[in-house]
Amino acid sequence: MSNTHETPVATGLAERMPGWLFPRLSGLHIVALFIALLLTGLLLIPVAQVIFVAFQNPATGALTLQNFVDFFGTSLFRESFWNSFYVSAMSVVVATAIALPLAYITTRFHFSGSILIQSLGFIPLIMPPFVGAVAMQLIFGRNGTVNLLLGERFGINIPFMEGLNGVILVQSIHYFPFILINLSASLRNIDRSMEEAAQNLGSSGMRLFRKIVFPLAMPGYVAGAALVFIKVFDDLGTPLLLNVNNMLAPQAYLRISGVGISDPMGYVISVILVAFSILSLWASFLVMRGKDYATVQKGGGGMAKRDLKPAEKVAAYGVVIFILLVVLSPHIGLALLSFGTIWSFAPLPDAYTLQNYVTMWAGSKTFIVNTVLYAGIAATLDVILGTAIAYIVIRTKIFGRKGLDYLATAALAVPGVVLGIGYLRTFHAIDVPLIGKPLASWWVIIAMALMIRRLPYALRACMAALQQVSLALEEAAESLGATKRRTIQKVVVPLMTGGILAGFVTSFATAAVELSATIMLVSSNNDAPLAYGIYLFMQTPSGRGAGAALGIVAVIVVAIGTIASQIIIERDKKLKASGDVQ
Amino acid sequence: MKKAGITIKDLHLSFGPTEVLKGVNLDIKPGEFFAFLGPSGSGKSTLLRSIAGFGPRPKGSILIGGKDVVALDPWKRNVGMVFQSYALWPHMSVRDNVAFGLRERRIPAADIATKVQEGLELVGLAHLADRMPNQLSGGQQQRVALARTVVTEPEVLLLDEPLSNLDASLRVQMRRELLRLQRKLGLTTIFVTHDQEEANTTSDRMAVLDGGVIQQIGTPQELYDTPANLFVANFLGTANILEGKVETEGGQARFRTTTGDTLALPEGKTASGTNIVLRPQNITLQRDPGANALAGQVLHREFLGGQIRYLIKAGGAEIVVDQSHRAGRDWFEPGMAVHLLANTDSAVVL
Ligand SMILES: Nc1ncnc2c1ncn2[C@@H]1O[C@H](COP(=O)(O)OP(=O)(O)OP(=O)(O)O)[C@@H](O)[C@H]1O
Ligand SMILES: [Mg+2]
Repeated sequence: MSNTHETPVATGLAERMPGWLFPRLSGLHIVALFIALLLTGLLLIPVAQVIFVAFQNPATGALTLQNFVDFFGTSLFRESFWNSFYVSAMSVVVATAIALPLAYITTRFHFSGSILIQSLGFIPLIMPPFVGAVAMQLIFGRNGTVNLLLGERFGINIPFMEGLNGVILVQSIHYFPFILINLSASLRNIDRSMEEAAQNLGSSGMRLFRKIVFPLAMPGYVAGAALVFIKVFDDLGTPLLLNVNNMLAPQAYLRISGVGISDPMGYVISVILVAFSILSLWASFLVMRGKDYATVQKGGGGMAKRDLKPAEKVAAYGVVIFILLVVLSPHIGLALLSFGTIWSFAPLPDAYTLQNYVTMWAGSKTFIVNTVLYAGIAATLDVILGTAIAYIVIRTKIFGRKGLDYLATAALAVPGVVLGIGYLRTFHAIDVPLIGKPLASWWVIIAMALMIRRLPYALRACMAALQQVSLALEEAAESLGATKRRTIQKVVVPLMTGGILAGFVTSFATAAVELSATIMLVSSNNDAPLAYGIYLFMQTPSGRGAGAALGIVAVIVVAIGTIASQIIIERDKKLKASGDVQ
Repeated sequence: MKKAGITIKDLHLSFGPTEVLKGVNLDIKPGEFFAFLGPSGSGKSTLLRSIAGFGPRPKGSILIGGKDVVALDPWKRNVGMVFQSYALWPHMSVRDNVAFGLRERRIPAADIATKVQEGLELVGLAHLADRMPNQLSGGQQQRVALARTVVTEPEVLLLDEPLSNLDASLRVQMRRELLRLQRKLGLTTIFVTHDQEEANTTSDRMAVLDGGVIQQIGTPQELYDTPANLFVANFLGTANILEGKVETEGGQARFRTTTGDTLALPEGKTASGTNIVLRPQNITLQRDPGANALAGQVLHREFLGGQIRYLIKAGGAEIVVDQSHRAGRDWFEPGMAVHLLANTDSAVVL
């Protein structure tokens, strides 16, 4: 009977009232509520604000579609829209051209260079694309290394980097690993027996590939391609650095920073960017759902690999090395630029020096300090929120817990530019007490933007970590007298440490080089982080060397972060390998 | 240590729309070693976990030492649970694992040290106190899990298939050790298993569950000898079941099978029901017909060492008969006509 156990008198009244009036709020309920409010304030409201303003008459405030009519009535915007679309689509095509042979060779043949492809295929991702853009110009530009050599030998000049071509080249070199990773994974997941069954029924060669392999690998490919498309569509830094302004993201930036935050065109562009983001996320969700072609059965194991004939082997190495050279060219170019004295109208720099690093260090201490501060705050908050949300979603029955997950993950569909514009619009009228500045131009808001942008990734890392912790480990603690809070503190969080740390490192490293949201929110050079610093350096020819040096610093930061998180995850797996049988 | 009895009254529990426990009533005496036995999915773990306070909140009541704990959080019940997976925390040493529950109880550090030492000595692992769980064998992990639970001096000890992760020989050794420990501490213990040998050898009494309902409660022997229904009869050991009805003629009760054979029931035995349960070892095979004997034919024979197991077609069913084996004695060959003499003293009519 319920009145036989002691009930503290204080809660007696509340317990007699209807449940909905006095919901029993545990500590976790309060945490959930706090997170919901935080995400609402820092994500939902700013984005809703942007969308709302896009449909609002700037003068009267009435709801209208006029802004969209104006947008599509302006030839510059129509052109920008078309350019963004064209560049994204072409980037997918070029990225596919790079990824397909690599994926095909590694999964279908016994090829000793496979390891090379697998490890080097990830390298582009550790460099922010805009950092490589300037270096690419020096290699592939009109007066860059390649064209100078081509001109000397064959008297031709190929416009690799002219206008939109430059954006396409830089982006596809940077983002092709998304396709490579997804495509290789789905090719590897095709069971040998699928292929053998087809062969057994008389299918072979190209026909087999077209009828069996291609359809089975399609979902993985589409998922990768959709990701590339949307990353390119949203990107601001690369077109800006290459001085290609007739695309959507740069237009949004230029309108807001040039005309001002009341100009509706920036908002219209934001709505279009968000719509495309959602569309492509949805598309990749659709193809992946229910078409999980992980067909590898017990005892199976990937497609049949065959040995290459000597001539084929030479050709394969040729293709792979050529692609890798192209893919690594931004890194090579950046390194040359950072160590070079003068590099202009010459295949290589005139001489080599460390002077750029000295200049860079003198001129960018603030940038580095700011970066550590912003990315540190963002990553710390990300793993705290990520852990809390993961616990609430996976281990509790709190009402609306799924909503927290969706809300945090929704940040994936919000391009940095849009978040930046949303913050400017929402927070410009709110003054920070004691600081005497609007919230929108206070440095803390940059850290908040970074936190929101990285939260989806940190959340996935924390969820994965929590799923590794068997429920019995928690129940054991509870049955020995530990309360929920103590159990989380003593058992859950310590066991999640590896995953949380990996999430922190990834968040930190990627937040450190993010440009699109930050560029909108930096209000003075004193508040600028590293990525913005590189952008500033790269604006003047004399600053390029130092900018490249700073870029190298960024690459190293991200590389160390990526490697560290891999090591942490591996070590963690080993520790967890035992202790809890099951 | 405190000994507490457990009384469960009309316990219902559902996972969403599916009802998994359908009105469980149970009375476990203080200090008793009690087993839950039943097929997979019968609700044993669910019932055990609801005593510890895990899973959805059930309807009905669970009294531990006379106090209803249904509304209490797991950490407020003084119930020790040993998990099938042991659930040792991989980030804590053996010592810290064992000390955990004591620390949660805010016991002075010096006392904790002695209690941990005693607990580890109890399971013979004092020398491994500083190891990490992943440096222990399965049997050692099991002992640590046990020590970790008993040092907190729970009122009841719950064990969910604690031996299922051990190999066969270790399982026999551990179950003896478990019993020795339980007797020494006098802890009220519930042991979940689907291995009847384990339940038979350890428990004072046991409950057989099926479909979320307790089928029968009693000592292992009672359950084997006088099953309350066909499920229990079939679940515990091998049972031959013949259909038919009880007839009384001149004060003598007989069971007439559907094929018309009759088996005289012992004098004074009043029985009703439509099935008779005969255990394989209570049937003798003979070549010649006799009173009270069923005619049949040998279908199959298996030599098991100490016994020979025959499968015989008789009385409208296939009957398993075990005969003890002695060197030099003749076997019955498949295809042979035989007669079965059933010892109806030990038969049960249901
Ligand atoms: N979390 C859950 N959600 C839904 N149904 C569940 C859940 N846990 C158990 N069940 C169902 O409840 C029933 C009883 O499960 P339980 O784990 O108690 O069985 P068991 O007797 O312990 O079986 P086993 O011998 O296999 O361990 C099963 O039908 C199972 O499918
Ligand atoms: Mg179970």
